Amino acid sequence: MTCRLAVAATAGLLAFLTAGARAEQGARPPVTPAQTPVVRSLHVQGNVWMINAGSVNVAAQIGAQGVLLVDSGTEAAADAILAEVRRLAGDKPIRYIVNTHAHRDHTGGNVTIAAAGKSVISGNFAAQAGPGAANAAKILAHEQTQILMLAPGPLGVAEAGRPTDTFFVEKDAFYFNDEAVELLHQPDAHTSGDIIVYFRKSDVIAAGDVYINTTFPVIDREHGGGYAGILAALNRIIDITVPRDKEEGGTYVIPGHGRLADEADVVDYRDMATIVRDRVRDAISRKMSLEQVKAARLVRDYEGRFGASQGPWTTDAFIEAAYRSLSPARAAAGPR
Amino acid sequence: MPHVVRAFLFVTLVWGAAPTPAVAQVDFSGVWAPIMHEDSVERAAGPDIGDFLGLPINAAARSRAEAWDASLLTLPEHQCKPHPSTYGFRGVGNLRIWSDADPDSGQIVTVHTHIQWMEQKREIFMDGRPRPPDFAAHTWQGFSLGHWEGPVLVVETDHLKAGWMRRNGLMLSDRAHMTERFIRHGDLLTHVYIIEDPVYLTEPLIKTNGFRLTTQVANPPYPCKEVVEVPIDAGEVPHYLPGQNPYVTEFAEKHKLPVEATRGGAETALPEFGRKIRK
Repeated sequence: MTCRLAVAATAGLLAFLTAGARAEQGARPPVTPAQTPVVRSLHVQGNVWMINAGSVNVAAQIGAQGVLLVDSGTEAAADAILAEVRRLAGDKPIRYIVNTHAHRDHTGGNVTIAAAGKSVISGNFAAQAGPGAANAAKILAHEQTQILMLAPGPLGVAEAGRPTDTFFVEKDAFYFNDEAVELLHQPDAHTSGDIIVYFRKSDVIAAGDVYINTTFPVIDREHGGGYAGILAALNRIIDITVPRDKEEGGTYVIPGHGRLADEADVVDYRDMATIVRDRVRDAISRKMSLEQVKAARLVRDYEGRFGASQGPWTTDAFIEAAYRSLSPARAAAGPR
Repeated sequence: MPHVVRAFLFVTLVWGAAPTPAVAQVDFSGVWAPIMHEDSVERAAGPDIGDFLGLPINAAARSRAEAWDASLLTLPEHQCKPHPSTYGFRGVGNLRIWSDADPDSGQIVTVHTHIQWMEQKREIFMDGRPRPPDFAAHTWQGFSLGHWEGPVLVVETDHLKAGWMRRNGLMLSDRAHMTERFIRHGDLLTHVYIIEDPVYLTEPLIKTNGFRLTTQVANPPYPCKEVVEVPIDAGEVPHYLPGQNPYVTEFAEKHKLPVEATRGGAETALPEFGRKIRK
């Protein structure tokens, strides 16, 4: 894997420190960091690169047909991400942006990056898409994500940055750059409209925020997220991944936030999330209040790795989301 | 400038500009058999549940180990995990070491280690290359850079996957860092390793392993294919809820030790602790 510093912005450290501004919490409206983060990349394998833009990851699939990006990072990082894509792909056109979910730290670059792309639109669709449609990359997302982006509020996006193509079933798929690209809907997980993107030939998954390895799972209940959905997503990723040998390598997983992972890393995280679920469920079954559960520090063994006492996704915020999501009234209404 | 000073400066400059001599480098090549007089319990069945004696663990490590259930290892995705390099040298299998030398300078550029069990293969880079970025993948063996301190090979390793501290549920996080020293005395090899982990250790964990050179041939392959051995409901992960592991005090009872002494923590390794619990 090769790595190169693409943009060494002076505010990089500041951007890192404000990583908490990641827009994934339900408790607070998502915020787009104003600082330009340092943008770096590494080759994962096959056609796929991982672009690390401060605290957020973008996946880039690059081939003869052009460029497909999974997520577009923050608005502040858009120019730097674009510059890194140009460095990696030269003048190959950006054809697609796939949004894994609606949070602004993953969609904030849609307008800038889509405008730098080109679509292949012809035939009957030309009139349907409008005269300017070919002069921008297509933006793909699940319908639930589009709904969140259309609604007024913190997830709203300017028209030029909204999805141009959506799907509402479990899976969408197409062939691009000599490989199948699967968009797998993972309902009611981080949000209501998460998708996992699987590059079948490259053998790389771009997981969005259903798998991160920086904090405890982020459950945006306000926008349809739920604990059961997060676990279902993690287990689905584990179902897809095949290690090359001795639980290492093989299928790689690009998390929405954090470092590149493989199956063993996702298993480690899934185990933690499952164990915590069982503890919270047990506490609920024993009629413990939310405050009692917080005071019991049921995640003390994982706090040093995934916990936070400040920022947008504290350990307490996670426990509260887990408690409310796993409470029977909530469970009865659905998988959240 | 006096002649003697000028001569001294000349010699110093010439000496400093010359390539670093290879005399400090020691050849560790060969197959080394572990000498199992240290931590023999670690080499075979593994330690008892609840045996955290003398380890500088924190409360988080203890809590996690108390929740650990060995049935976890029946899950297919857990069956073929090798040991991380922070643990593998404590095994029963032979250690094979070989190195690559630069054809021009003769300097060792890469040291390879291969431990038999689960084919723990590792590269120790001696060329001072940059470390991978923080967002790169972590591996079981980690990313290792080595350098010479006299005849001692010193290795710094990070980018490790989370793995065992002991095979009874005590874990190290993926933020662990290991410093090793390989010291050769004829046919004996001493491996010293110092592990720091901000997540689960309060102080560095320091251990040594002994190896003896053997004429045995290179390590054979160690294939592993996971299989469903025990039916477990999809999505379930075996573990004990807090306070419900019935085996936590079994070790203390078996050896008639105060439970407090078996719980680990840096203080339990000190003589003062022994005096304290005897009161």
